[in-house]
Amino acid sequence: MIDQMYQEIILDYYRNPRNKGSLPHPDIVSHDVNTSCGDEIAMNVLVKDGRIGNVRFSGKGCAISLAAASMLTEHALGKPLEEVAKFNKEEMLGLINIPISCMRLKCALLGLKVLKLGVLQYMGEKLEVEDAN
Amino acid sequence: MAGVTVLDAVRVRKDFPFFARGLIYLDSAATTQKPTMVLDAMRHFYETSNANVHRGIYSLTHESTEAYEGARKKIAEFIGASPREIVFVRNATEAINLVAQSWGAANIGKDDTILLTEMEHHSNIVPWQMLAKKTGAKVSYLPITELGELDKNAVSHALKQKPKLFSFTHISNVLGTINPAKELVAEAHKEGVPVLIDAAQSVPHMPVNVKDLDCDFLVFSGHKMFGPFGVGVLYAKRELLDKMEPMLGGGDMIKQVTFEGATWNEVPWKFEAGTPNVAAVVGLGAAVDYLQALGMENVWKHEQKLVRYVYDALKKDAVVALYGPESRAGVISFNLGDMHGHDVSTVLDQLKVCVRSGHHCAQPLMERLGVPATARISFGPYNTKKDADLFLDALQKAKKVFRL
Repeated sequence: MIDQMYQEIILDYYRNPRNKGSLPHPDIVSHDVNTSCGDEIAMNVLVKDGRIGNVRFSGKGCAISLAAASMLTEHALGKPLEEVAKFNKEEMLGLINIPISCMRLKCALLGLKVLKLGVLQYMGEKLEVEDAN
Repeated sequence: MAGVTVLDAVRVRKDFPFFARGLIYLDSAATTQKPTMVLDAMRHFYETSNANVHRGIYSLTHESTEAYEGARKKIAEFIGASPREIVFVRNATEAINLVAQSWGAANIGKDDTILLTEMEHHSNIVPWQMLAKKTGAKVSYLPITELGELDKNAVSHALKQKPKLFSFTHISNVLGTINPAKELVAEAHKEGVPVLIDAAQSVPHMPVNVKDLDCDFLVFSGHKMFGPFGVGVLYAKRELLDKMEPMLGGGDMIKQVTFEGATWNEVPWKFEAGTPNVAAVVGLGAAVDYLQALGMENVWKHEQKLVRYVYDALKKDAVVALYGPESRAGVISFNLGDMHGHDVSTVLDQLKVCVRSGHHCAQPLMERLGVPATARISFGPYNTKKDADLFLDALQKAKKVFRL
């Protein structure tokens, strides 16, 4: 279980994060904190033709939350906003593809929550609690 | 119970049914496990003496009141106070809020300063920020040194500015720093500044005497000292309590009520509105009996031995970053290489080692230390050298998992 959770790929995304940083003049700026653990993630998005034209994430947190956020940015790049707005928990967990204990679920999903929050706000919609979890 | 003169942790452990689960529990700073004696006392109370307190004339109500007030007496003796100076609240946090909302609201006004330190738990920050927001007072924080200790000159300088209150933690829940409480109180009093001590991390682990410290207020939680959840203690000097207004109104805190108004009961009852958690108070009384039988000096010496052993081992490991001073209580915050505390805790959890991680309800301190989080171990009298060794082994395994 331990080795499965901290597979090479998670550690690699943690230590060499893809799409980390911020963007000049982003169309979407979104940010949230996991109050229970203090993890924090921000997302910057450039929208191009209704799609994710470019995306960067930043934040502080554990390997799971930062690796997951980084993987999510790669996955979301180029996708239509409508599609990103519908990403769900199962897709996110499929993306990181490691066994996640219930205590760490919130870590794995923080990046998704932040990205969806930003995209939905940009689209003029609200994030429902069910979507966030 | 373990009738010990020198603390034998292997025997002490047998008093705690929790350890039948086989976990290595290293999070006593968050909450402690409960000895059979405490659980039995609460069960016995419910089975034989359960009735509301300070009400009723039938003899059972007398018994429950005796149990409740008897526990108050024990707890008072335990910290060198008089029973009338002991107010039961839910936890240390509520005790600080009571002082802020009652004493603070009456004595701290616009542009006054409330002096805290950079190593406080949120419970000793937020109630003061709330009061400051309401009254226009300022909250200022004594800086800590690189080692995580208070700077003597900074303390003297800040106290000379005559803050309205100096509130500090006796032992840091993150760094393990032992603040020289007695000296700090004496210095504050020289400047006429009253003092509140957050003793949540000290009362359960070392001898604490309020008369010796001469502090004005002192707070602690029952669940961190082998008692149940839901009961904490505010100690305050009698003359302060007498003058303070209650925070909550209701039953038991009144002398007389008319349609027009009410007069307050005497202290400490005027601060205990509504039916209290009588069973928890009884449990806390039993916890005090338990601690006294162990001997607080013995508890302290035992935890000192453990913390020294683990600290010295961790110090030799180049991958481990340690926070706080060498001389410390039984608390060690650390980080493993570039890994986040949560990752360390997750891996140790798989190895049955319970270790806290995160900001430890001290976000401003984390900011000061320049880390988002740490992992933390903390000891109790039931932790053995074997626990320490199992933890150190588990840490080596975690290093492998993280390729460190």
